[in-house]
Amino acid sequence: MDGHMPPRVREPIVSLDGVTRILTDGPAPVTLVADIAMEVFPGEVVAVTGPSGSGKSSLIYLIGLLDEPTRGRIVLDGRDATRASRSEREIMRLEKIGFVFQFHFLLPEFSATDNIMLPMRKLGRLGEMAMRARAAELLGQFGLGAAGHKRPHQLSGGERQRVAIARALANDPLLVIADEPTGNLDSRNSAIVFDMFRRLTREQGKAVIVVTHDLDLARTVDRQIRLVDGRVVDGGLATA
Amino acid sequence: MRTQFAIARAYVTSRPRQTLVSVLGVMMGVGFYVGISALMQGFQEDFVRRIVDISPHVIIRDEFRLAPIQPVADRNPASTVEIRGVKPRDEPRGIRSADAILEALAREPGMAIAPTLLGQAFLRYGGKDTAVNLLGVEPEKERRVSSLERDLIDGKLDDLAENANGIIVGIGIAKKTGLVRGSNVSVVSGYGVTLQMKVVGIFETGIVSLDDAQAYVHLKKNQVLQRRTDVVNQIRIRLTDIDRADEVARTIEARHAYKTESWRESNQNIFGIFVIQNGIMYSTVGAILVVSGFGIYNIVSTVVNEKRHDVAILKSIGFSETDIRRIFLMQGLIVGIIGTALGWLLGFLLIQLLASIRFDIQGMIRTQGFVLNRSILSYAVAGGIAIAVSALAAYLPARKAAALNPVDVIRGGA
Repeated sequence: MDGHMPPRVREPIVSLDGVTRILTDGPAPVTLVADIAMEVFPGEVVAVTGPSGSGKSSLIYLIGLLDEPTRGRIVLDGRDATRASRSEREIMRLEKIGFVFQFHFLLPEFSATDNIMLPMRKLGRLGEMAMRARAAELLGQFGLGAAGHKRPHQLSGGERQRVAIARALANDPLLVIADEPTGNLDSRNSAIVFDMFRRLTREQGKAVIVVTHDLDLARTVDRQIRLVDGRVVDGGLATA
Repeated sequence: MRTQFAIARAYVTSRPRQTLVSVLGVMMGVGFYVGISALMQGFQEDFVRRIVDISPHVIIRDEFRLAPIQPVADRNPASTVEIRGVKPRDEPRGIRSADAILEALAREPGMAIAPTLLGQAFLRYGGKDTAVNLLGVEPEKERRVSSLERDLIDGKLDDLAENANGIIVGIGIAKKTGLVRGSNVSVVSGYGVTLQMKVVGIFETGIVSLDDAQAYVHLKKNQVLQRRTDVVNQIRIRLTDIDRADEVARTIEARHAYKTESWRESNQNIFGIFVIQNGIMYSTVGAILVVSGFGIYNIVSTVVNEKRHDVAILKSIGFSETDIRRIFLMQGLIVGIIGTALGWLLGFLLIQLLASIRFDIQGMIRTQGFVLNRSILSYAVAGGIAIAVSALAAYLPARKAAALNPVDVIRGGA
């Protein structure tokens, strides 16, 4: 831990209460996660750790509103997302959540700038010039100021992942969710990515939830949530 | 919408060779539709125009559609009576009370009428007999119901009135027999009456069946030849509004009982052929468009499979199912629209090429080249069908893309 303490007086950005996800489309029901209770506050970097198959990814897809719980409640920025319609969840995702995946998933036909502009274009709040300026600002923040015109295949692995993080931040979300974002990066680039997450929380008050297998990196964040067999065994709720 | 369009445009260029093949498929379909429909409709419309121009719009004939009902059956319609071995009375042909009918029709607005007598005859000239349909007409009235006067390439219609033994023959007959204006020819009717007549005119309609077998004499002269004094067997009518022909024919037949045919009914066998021709043409060209639809389905479907991760990330960003569906629909539509635009160009060039081909043929009509219909409607119809096929072909894979669960895709990894 780096000693940075999350501001406890504020409301959590996201909280889960009794969240369970059971898959029923196979021959037998499979419980992905069960009775999850957790909170994440602004200014926090939270690492979700656990062995393979423990439900880490399933948990963050639920938090990111890409999946729906079978039971329980997910409150995002004070709003019960489990009661929201599909289109309302899409808007919440667009406005409040930024995703980073293990693979960058940049659109190969678009330049770095255009990839970063995609969420802004979808949100439609900024004009073309303002969107370009925002994309340039994000690229600059991540040391990619000269790479805006480059397509993904012209960037290194670390650069692509940084562009993907910039894209996740394009709409200035409250919460960034990262699923093994350093899984394909070397240790240097992994450290850069985690450093970015810490800067985001300190400087901009965002919350970051990051799934990782790298326990050394996990120790550098504010809090760890450990999952075993789909259940939180440690760190779900922040302690004062 | 602009974002979806930009993504769709990028996907169109992501597989250039497949896209090109799909675009070419649509182009061929649209181009051939435009070209062939210009050819077929041009021919058909030209034929109809000539028919409408040359012939009367309605003809009253000296016959009945149904055999007459026997008086005993007429008087006892409810009784079970079977009449066998009926021998109908051999009545003289011709329209009875033709003068009264002519007088009644003359009072109707919007029509010109002419009594005629049609019979068979031989033209004997230079030791050769040529069978003709001999039409006895009154020149003053005939000029108002047919285009005979306009179709004369030599001589005048009034010469029929001025020259009691005058005859006007078609260009085909003139060519076959060597007759020219001023030639004397023997006209022999089926009743054995022979008259020496003088060719006073030669006409050319462009319709081979008329030019090769039709001749005109004065009505009185034909009545002599056919031994039917004061008889007419056709009343020919020309309307100011040709679309009323069917209605007028029905009304006259109901009133006077004689079989009355509109120009459509008189030529219904040819129109039947046109229907078959159109069926073959449109199904052939339609098949090309359907095949092009499979091409579009194939490329959109391939791109959907290739871009599953893009779909997943777009959905994770907040793009809705409708947005995703629109992207792939637009991809199909871009291919369809580019193909349509190129197809229009191909169709236009095909029409130009067909228009430049010159030849001289005699089929149903005589022509020196293709008669082409350059209507904008065929461009619009071809474009509309192509774009509808493109949209339909893209819709199925687009729907599949929209239904993709991003979690499933992302779990699958790269």
